[in-house]
Parts: sequence; C-alpha cells; structure tokens
Amino acid sequence: MSSPKKDAAKTVIEDVLQKPSSRRLFIKGASIAAAAGSAALAASYISAADPASAGELKLRWQEFFKKNYRLMSPEEKNETATRLERLAKFQDNIDVQVGNEPPVEKVLYGYAFNITRCEGFMECVTACVKENNLDRKTNTQYIRIFEMEPGQLDPSTGDGQYYHEVPVEDKFYMGTQCFHCENAPCVKACPTKATWKEPDGIVVVDYNWCIGCRYCQAACPYYGRRFNWGQSEVPKEEITTKQHYLGNRKRPMGKMEKCTFCIQRTRKGKLPACVEACPTGARVFGNLLDPDSEIRYVLKHKKVFRMKEELGTQPKFWYFID
Amino acid sequence: MNAVPHKNLKTFFVDAVRWNLKGSIGFQIFRTLLLIGMAVGIYAYSFQARYGLSVTGMNDIVSWGFYISNFTFLVGVAAAAVMLILPAYMFHDPDFHRVVIIGEGVAVGALVMCLSFIVVDMGGPLQAWHLIPGIGLFNFPSSILAWDVLVLNGYLLLNALVPAYILYSHYMGRKPDERKYRPFVFLSIFWAFSIHMVTAFLYQGLPARPFWNNPLMGPRFLASAFAAGPALITLILAIIHSTTSYKIDRKVFNKLRMIIVISAIINLLMLFSEIFKEFYFPTHHSISAVYLFFGIDGHNSLVPWIWTSVSVNLAATLVLAFNPGKNNPKVLLPACGFLFVAVWMEKGIGLIVPGLLPSPLGEIVDYLPTWVELGVTLGILSLGITIVTWLIRTALIIEQRYEE
Repeated sequence: MSSPKKDAAKTVIEDVLQKPSSRRLFIKGASIAAAAGSAALAASYISAADPASAGELKLRWQEFFKKNYRLMSPEEKNETATRLERLAKFQDNIDVQVGNEPPVEKVLYGYAFNITRCEGFMECVTACVKENNLDRKTNTQYIRIFEMEPGQLDPSTGDGQYYHEVPVEDKFYMGTQCFHCENAPCVKACPTKATWKEPDGIVVVDYNWCIGCRYCQAACPYYGRRFNWGQSEVPKEEITTKQHYLGNRKRPMGKMEKCTFCIQRTRKGKLPACVEACPTGARVFGNLLDPDSEIRYVLKHKKVFRMKEELGTQPKFWYFID
Repeated sequence: MNAVPHKNLKTFFVDAVRWNLKGSIGFQIFRTLLLIGMAVGIYAYSFQARYGLSVTGMNDIVSWGFYISNFTFLVGVAAAAVMLILPAYMFHDPDFHRVVIIGEGVAVGALVMCLSFIVVDMGGPLQAWHLIPGIGLFNFPSSILAWDVLVLNGYLLLNALVPAYILYSHYMGRKPDERKYRPFVFLSIFWAFSIHMVTAFLYQGLPARPFWNNPLMGPRFLASAFAAGPALITLILAIIHSTTSYKIDRKVFNKLRMIIVISAIINLLMLFSEIFKEFYFPTHHSISAVYLFFGIDGHNSLVPWIWTSVSVNLAATLVLAFNPGKNNPKVLLPACGFLFVAVWMEKGIGLIVPGLLPSPLGEIVDYLPTWVELGVTLGILSLGITIVTWLIRTALIIEQRYEE
C-alpha cells in the first residue's frame, strides 16, 4: 500500500459504487476497511448505482438538510415539493405533481365499515395499492381483509390469507387498516416527532424526517404501519402521478409509511380510493363534524363498535352491522 | 514512574496507545482476530447500506430482531457495573476498589455496543441527527425512546469521565480529589438503574404488546442484569488474574458470587411469577407466552431456545448457590459463563421476538437472523471487546504503577 490513505479510501468508494459486490473491501484488510468503511457506506447511502449530475446532487443535498414538515413555512413546503418533482424527473424520468394541500377547516375525517355488506372481493386492496404507489416487490398492502367465522368479531381469529372464490357461505369479512386513532400510540412513541395527527384527524408520517427506528410499528395495536425494508418498486406506467407530500409520493428506503385516508384525494374533496372501489358499498367515509354526513348517519342509527376499544386509542374507524 | 519526566494529557494518550500496541504474540493474535471481526461487520453492513434492512430476517410483523435483542441485553451488562461501583465508592470496600475500574471499562464497551446496535437497526442512520436536541426535533418527554437516547448517552459520559479523571490523576502520580468526583459517582449509581428501567419501559409502555406490557419487566430486567453482568465481570477478572501480573484477591470472587446468586434467584422467582400468570388461567394476552414456550400451529422455532435458556439458567444458579466444587474455579467459572449465556438467550431473542408474535392481527412468521445480521453483530461485538481490552489494559498499567 504505497498510496496515501485518502486514495485508498477513494478507490474503495468507487469500488462500492461500481460493483454490485465489494469483495475487495473485505480482502484489503482490516486497517483500510476501518478507515474507508464509513466513507464507503455514506457514499452508498447517498448515491445509487449510477453517477448523478451536479444538479441532482444539489437537490439531494438540499433535501437532506430540510426541516421537519411541520416546521416549514408555506414557501419551504412549496420548495421541497418542487425539488421532489424535479428529483422524480432526474431519477425516474417521470412527471409527478407533489401537492402539500393543508387540512380543510372544520373537517375531521371518520370511517365506517359495514361487516354485513363486505363480501371479501378485495377491490379496495387493489385500488389502494394502485393509488398509493405501494411497493409491488414485497406486495405491501395497507388494507387487510379477514375471512371470519360466525360468532367471532376479532380479526385475529380470522383468515387473512384466503385465496378462493368469495363470498363463502356462513362466513363474513372484516377489513383493517390504519384507524387514525385520536389517541394514537404511534405518535406518542416516535422519538423525532416524524409522525403526528393532522388537524383533520389524519395520522401522517414525514418520510424524510423518520429515522426508521420502527418504535411506532411496535406501538401500533392494529398492525397499521408498514416499513420500507428495501427501495420500493412500482412499474413506471402504473405510478399515480397526483401525489401529496404526506401521502403517496415515493417513499425513501428505510422509512415508515401507512394509510393516510388517501390524503392526496380527500383534501381535494374526493373519496379515498378504497371507498370509491368498493363494489358492495361496505365502506363509508366522511366528515365527522358535519351533522348531515353519511358517517354521522351511520354512527347515529347503526350498532357500531371499534376494535380493541379497551386500549383507549379511540380509533376514528367504526365497524357496523346492517 | 521516573522514566517520563514531563507527563501531561498528551503523553497520557500516547502512553495508552503505546501500551496497547505492545504485548505477547497471543495478545497480538487476539487483537488481529478482533480486527477481522470488525472487518466482517463492515463488509456485512455494506450490504445493508445498499439494499436496506431487506437483507435482514426482519419484516413488518417481526419488526425488531437480533440487533434490538442484543441491544436490550447489553444495556443490562452496562448497568451491572453499578454492582462494583456501589460497594467500592459508597461502602469503601477495599477489595472492590481495586477492580471497580474494570467494571467501568466493561460498562463503556457495553454502551458503545448498545449504541452501535441501535444505529445499525435504524432504517435511516444518516438522519440520526434528527435526534439531537436543537438541530433536530426531540419528542421529549412523550417518547420513551427519546428518554433512552438521553440516559444511554449520559451513562456513557459518566462512566467514561469519572474513571478517566481518576486514572489521569493516578497517571500523574497524585491522589484524585474525592470531592470532585464523588457527586458524579452518586449520579452514576442512580443513572445505572435508570438506563435499565427506561429500557424496560420502552417495552413495558406498549399496551399493543401484552407480552411486554407487564409491570414486572423493569425489576426483572434489573435482577437478570445484576446476575449476568457480574458473571461476565467475574470471567474477565479471572482472565486478568491468570494472564497478567495484576492479581485479584479471592475475596472479590466470593463477594461477586454472592451478588450473582442473590440476583439470579430473584430473577428466577420473578420468571416463575410471570409463567404462573400466563399459564394458570391463559387469556388472549397469554398468546405470546404460549408461542414462546410451546409454539402455535407448528410455529415453534423459539421453543427449544427458551427451554434451553431456562434449564441452563436454573442449573447454573444452583451450582453457584450450592458451590459443589468448594470454591473450585473450574466449577464456578463455567457456571458464570453458562448463566451469562442463558440470560442472553432469554433477555435477547427470548424477550423481543415473542413480544411481536403473533402480530396484533394474529399472524405468525418465524424469525431467523440472516448472515448479514450475524456478521454485523460479530463486528459490533468485536468492536466492544476491543474497546474493553484497550481501556482495561491502560487502566491496569496505570493502577499498578500507582500502587508501586
């Protein structure tokens, strides 16, 4: 090793960047590995396989040092949205619109699920995966549908892996997803305030501020959260391009994500994709503060219950029976 | 002592490095093995850096695995140093005063390993600065994880600075001023309990996980730590006694054995209490314990693990308590080793994985760490052992010269 240490570190970095396997890192011996290791790792975090242009690097740099979304001024929110759009163009050559619509005043979203009507077609799951750009590689799903035996009301007794023609006689179906608790254990758990409840009741994640510790996932009693174990993959032609900063935009690797009641749709007055897709009308969504809304009608006139009510999480998601 | 006429902070560090680079052939081989271990760790981690945590055995159901298991156990090892600090500084026990520095060295190494395990478990380690108050956003006091970050770093600082001050004073050939360091020693005693209680509260505070949501968690953490930690320190003292000229008094070993036995018995008592609660009248909330001890629907990968741990734990405790070899180190030292491993099995994987299984929606996937997790863990353990040996070697040379 006649070359100075700095050069050695550089070659290792190049090695990592260019080759899928970095056997040389191992062979080169402990001393260089120790010195260069951290630099090489940092490099492989920041850069993907191909070298980036100067413009792209600048955007990435600015993205790295941006604030928590809640501390950003409206201008800063617009700036980061624009950066994300430009990065999508640079990296995936795709035109997306990243919105940052604020919550609508006097709106508190609520959800109700009719267990008499649901027949387990899972159209909602498909629509959710498509709308929210969920990872196709690991088959991430926010919504789970459980086939239930009569006499049971706890999804943990049901079958969440059924693969046959539905509906099956004498069975009924129960859907779960993030319940957007008023008293959310995940929000309390997060060490960096990267997840919080918006004024309209939606529990969101700042994907860039999240450090990926997964304490919120351990704290959730409803299995409502999903982690990006690797880089998510969505075929380019299937990407939903109308996005929201707190919603269906591209999630970085190693960050938490979850159902956002389709924040990119609902804040524009549309229904969540699952509600729109449901062929049986089992899903009801609306404004809890509006006395004339359908959700208020359901809460007033139907027999409703919530899951694991004893935990005091106060989900804004009710099950009901016709 | 008169070899170096001018001693200062710079020569202190230079000497520390110099002493550590010297040593017998066996010692050099040991050091090289540790370096290779660290290199394996870096190599394994480079995969995780590129492909994310998808190269580990974890998934959305078992979202914490081998890393967090080792972290949890090592917090106990770090806290156990207090079992030497308490008698040495508070009761002025002369036997413990000579070995307390070794306990503190072990605590520093264990804490560095704890923090490393947290970092490698993070999905976004480059965003770790979000945790730094001031430039980040710290969810304090609401998040117990935020508390844990504070207490672990605080304990590392206390356990590094107090011994450093005492050692530096001894290095300079003067008596350390007790008024200066005594308040910090008191603080570190309180702090040792707090790191373990806070880490227990991390799990205990989650109603979503009935297996963890158990008021005995914190006290049991302490009892198991005060058994496993001193067991490890006993082994290290035995190694030092037999390989260096720094001789450890027999009385130290006897006192440590008492501490281990009492803690291990309390630990087993609480384990029995937990098992009684889970199985006398099993409820919905006992399902994780059923998975751990008996398996559910063919998912029984942890069953041999936990029964091995419980039986080894019981056997080692009995051997240490009844002392069948009449203080024969060939009986007591292996017992310490077995006890340490048994507690590691139970307070690591045996605590973390079943807490997450079955999932809140009743689903089970068996968890097995991948080679990446094992490699990274090997690297972190090598790093920790390296730190411990560097600190202890420096400390012993200084102490020995000071005694002369």
